[in-house]
Amino acid sequence: MPDVQALVNDFVLKLKRRKIEGSHASARHTAELLRSVISHQRMRQTNQAGALIDAVKAVGEQLIAANPVELAVGNIVRRVLHIIREEDLSSTATAIEGLGLSAGSDDDDEGQYEDRPALSAAALAAAARSTLRAPSLQTLLGDIPGSAVTPQPPSSWGDSEGKSKSDKNLRSRKLKHDVIEAINELIQDIDTCHEQVSEQAVEHIHQNEVILTLGRSRTVKEFLCAAKEKNRSFRVFVAEGAPRYQGHVLAKELVGKGIQTTVITDSAVFAMISRVNMVIVGAHAIMANGGVVAPVGINMVALAAQRHAVPFVVVAGSHKLCPLYPHNSEVLLNDLKSPSDLVDFGEFSDCMDFGSHGGSPLLHVVNPAFDYVPPKLVSLFITDTGGHNPSYMYRLIADYYSADDLVVKQRSTS
Amino acid sequence: MAQKKGLRSSSSDDPEELARVPLQAVLLADSFATKFRPITLERPKVLLPLVNAPMIDYTLAWLESVGVEEAFVLCCAHSQQVKDYLNKSQWMKQQGTFAVQPIESRDSISAGDALRAIYNFGVIRGDFVLVSGDTVSNMSLKEALQEHKERRKKDPLAVMTMVIKQSKPSSLTHQTRLGNDEILMAIDPDTKELLYYEDKTDQSQRFITLDKMLLANTPTLHLHNDKQDCYIDICSPEVLSLFTDNFDYQHLRRHFVKGLLVDDLMGYKIFTHEIHSSYAARIDNFRSYDTISKDIIQRWAYPMVPDVQYFGSCSQMKLDRLGIYKAPEVNQSRTAQIRAFSLVGNGTTIGDHSEISNSVIGQGCTIGRNVSIQGSYIWDNVIIEDDCKLSHALVCDGVHLRAGVVLEPGVILSFKVEVGQKIVIPAYSKVSLLPQPSKQDSDEELEYADANSGVVESPSITSIVNTRNVDPVPDSSDAEHSDTSEVGISGVGYIWLTSEGGHEEEWRHSIAPIPAEKLMEFFLSAHADLEVSNQDVNSLPASGELQVDSESTGFDDGEDYRDSADFEKEVEATFHRALAGVNQDNVILEINSLRLSYNMSHADCAGSLFYSIMRSALAFPHSCNRELLLNTGKELGRWKDLLKHYLKTIDEEIEVLLKFEEMCLETAKEFAPLFSAILNHLYEKDILSEDAILSWAEEKEGADESDKIFVKQSEQFLKWLREASEDEDE
Repeated sequence: MPDVQALVNDFVLKLKRRKIEGSHASARHTAELLRSVISHQRMRQTNQAGALIDAVKAVGEQLIAANPVELAVGNIVRRVLHIIREEDLSSTATAIEGLGLSAGSDDDDEGQYEDRPALSAAALAAAARSTLRAPSLQTLLGDIPGSAVTPQPPSSWGDSEGKSKSDKNLRSRKLKHDVIEAINELIQDIDTCHEQVSEQAVEHIHQNEVILTLGRSRTVKEFLCAAKEKNRSFRVFVAEGAPRYQGHVLAKELVGKGIQTTVITDSAVFAMISRVNMVIVGAHAIMANGGVVAPVGINMVALAAQRHAVPFVVVAGSHKLCPLYPHNSEVLLNDLKSPSDLVDFGEFSDCMDFGSHGGSPLLHVVNPAFDYVPPKLVSLFITDTGGHNPSYMYRLIADYYSADDLVVKQRSTS
Repeated sequence: MAQKKGLRSSSSDDPEELARVPLQAVLLADSFATKFRPITLERPKVLLPLVNAPMIDYTLAWLESVGVEEAFVLCCAHSQQVKDYLNKSQWMKQQGTFAVQPIESRDSISAGDALRAIYNFGVIRGDFVLVSGDTVSNMSLKEALQEHKERRKKDPLAVMTMVIKQSKPSSLTHQTRLGNDEILMAIDPDTKELLYYEDKTDQSQRFITLDKMLLANTPTLHLHNDKQDCYIDICSPEVLSLFTDNFDYQHLRRHFVKGLLVDDLMGYKIFTHEIHSSYAARIDNFRSYDTISKDIIQRWAYPMVPDVQYFGSCSQMKLDRLGIYKAPEVNQSRTAQIRAFSLVGNGTTIGDHSEISNSVIGQGCTIGRNVSIQGSYIWDNVIIEDDCKLSHALVCDGVHLRAGVVLEPGVILSFKVEVGQKIVIPAYSKVSLLPQPSKQDSDEELEYADANSGVVESPSITSIVNTRNVDPVPDSSDAEHSDTSEVGISGVGYIWLTSEGGHEEEWRHSIAPIPAEKLMEFFLSAHADLEVSNQDVNSLPASGELQVDSESTGFDDGEDYRDSADFEKEVEATFHRALAGVNQDNVILEINSLRLSYNMSHADCAGSLFYSIMRSALAFPHSCNRELLLNTGKELGRWKDLLKHYLKTIDEEIEVLLKFEEMCLETAKEFAPLFSAILNHLYEKDILSEDAILSWAEEKEGADESDKIFVKQSEQFLKWLREASEDEDE
């Protein structure tokens, strides 16, 4: 699969060069890339799920290493791995079921297999999630290759040679097909997450409220616009979000939609917070403990909100849900950008005069991209699945990810 | 011929430009200078690691990021190494929109030659970006390209756009940051056309010479000394043919740019594009290597910083607090300390109690115990044994420092040099395994000369070393036998003689911080600059300081006596420069600007100028009054035109007379007996009109007796004048 490799390399390079930035874009691209990786993966007869998982892991590792700051990439890789596991489980379940049936009546086994694909993969996945929780937990605890292999033998057990072959062919195509279907759904989810989040806007934004936000987040924008479309009238304070000043862009967009908007400096947030009914911000990533990695300055807003008991709401698509804890060593929480956003190089060039101050620069300009907001400062998360408490995040994460995949690293065996 | 070719190709380009021409770039993988010797004897400059990635990677990555589709890497010195590197690197493998193609031209010994070689290959089809392989930048070229294209459509003679960047406007910063000379540019603020470029401003000479046509042709012109040349140019294909037609063009700036600016026959124009927030700089010498490394560590070149892995080839870095970059597999002792703004590469081991600050350490190095490394650059696979001290040194691949070695600031150790125990390498020394080639006076030569040609035989080197007394430990006999014993027992390497400029120049381009006394010198000269400019025409600061009361007209001496005295002095200084041979037009210009800055009238100028002329006449040696008169006559004749320039009305002429009178009374009594004779002379030379003289006499009628000395003295002359005028009246 040379063409897939080229695609992967291209994407890795783009991530490395920061040509793809933002969690939405990178999540979408990652999902699309993994879909093509899976569709190009040649299926072996045995241990198909294991092979798929290995392939995705190999690619995923490269992607994650390419830009560790972009946590959405890792999230999507893990979600795809989870999808493979779930699909494998559900197909195994159907196979077992089918076997059970065929043991009862040998004649109409063909009909059974015709019926099965009619069920949507999602329904199967949901079924697996609800009914097969116990086996899935078992696999979570077990070793990956082992867990992937162990369900395999029972399917071929006690069957005639020819039948098992045709069965396997069918199953292999089916597994891949199902996985691709599920990934398509995932991509669709990523695309529509803004709408799903903003559908809930009316429940949270009330008449004549004052909302404060910082910087620009597409989700926040859609959320506010959705409330406006439902004829809610409210005011928005936009903190400009120095040094990138995305708040200015947001203010323009909001005014375009006819929302009463006030732009304030970041430093004025504390002065204004007492007049605010609710703070709504976007996020770069939501960690497993309910902490938020968000554009720089938001922690200050959260602290101000806590001081005045103003609800602090974070809106984010579920692709921003990260199964890692912020204390994990591989989670790089911040990205330090160029100081040129803050100060003009020309003006400060004499302060960076290494020749004259004994060789060590006296000036150090720090320009971090993100803040970490601890979970206790967050009142509510609004994701595409609804509103959640920070303490509920770990549970949500367990739905989306399997524990085996938290560390996406090839085993030393490979 | 040349012109035709250029024009034709440009006109044929125009329809092509409507169809899309891929953006091309020419990357010169050779600096055609010797500033990085002795390192560049073994490895081309573009492959030297800058914060653990070869310089050429920075340039190529930048070219790719700005949307260049074809890059031609012109390899001259060490062309095989450059080609090998490129073949191995990701740049050649990568499919897609960015193609790198090496072009070999071994016999090119200057940028001019290289561009002529490119021309002969005939690969350049449209506008191209011309950079050197040691450029670090993160600027976006879109705007500059757009500007360039639009200008080209309007004016096919706009062949080049130079990228410039603002930096602090003091000569100090230029020198201390990048080790360059101050660059002076004259730019038209409206069209951004470059009108004048000078990168070798002479420090001793504190003025520049501009062509007066320049001032005549452009309504406004800004003279900048606060711009940094980024050495990134967008060129039209004509540039190549220009190089081919002018065989004497060698250096890009010194010959080509200046050549085009001076040459008004062909009328080619160069424009500038200023960048603000983005970073661009070129590594020209060791000082800029140091500065740019630190800029990268401080993330000015983002995203080309170590932890972003922009080039893919280098290992993953992690950025800790205070600008400390660490590779994942660093073996660091618990007691070792890595201080701010340092980078440690993969697989490096650091022993107990060692300290590293402000330094870059490559991959696979072994650092022993109690080592102190400060502001140094240590490349890959270096072994540093216990108790070594390195400050502001550059240590290349495979160097072995035995226990207790001390490297003083500015030391350069080239590849695989070994230094024996407890040796102190003196400041600014360069040590290499290769012996130093014989002296070559030009700095435009190749980076690489054949190792066999022009090598000073080893005996002379030993003698050099002996005289420099490098080796405090008496050599053991077996060490004496080997040629390369200069760096101590069991050491390997030659110590190079300091280069052409001698010790004087070494500190300027070295990694080491500038010595305090040199800095003092800078400050002093900078202040001297200010003072000179006070007296000078460019009285920008002067006008601010000295203009006490701008309202006064300068006639009442009592109040602003000091002002007018200063003014007089300034005019005299200007006049002295005129004596030294400055063009008369310039003198007028200078005096005019002085007049404005001191808020003086024309009459004051005339008076002061006259005073100066008389002083100069007085300065000539004279034995008797007669000789003095002769001299005065001569001087007045010489400067008549100048003086006439300010004598537009009778008032000014009277002022001159009053001045003269005052002189005779006070400052230059020698003239007193000659008053009437000189007055006569002034009249004859048409400097003073009879009306002026007569009205002066009238004014004096009612004055004190003492004031009338000179009126009386010239009574005869006045009488004659009156008669003459009456005659005329009749």
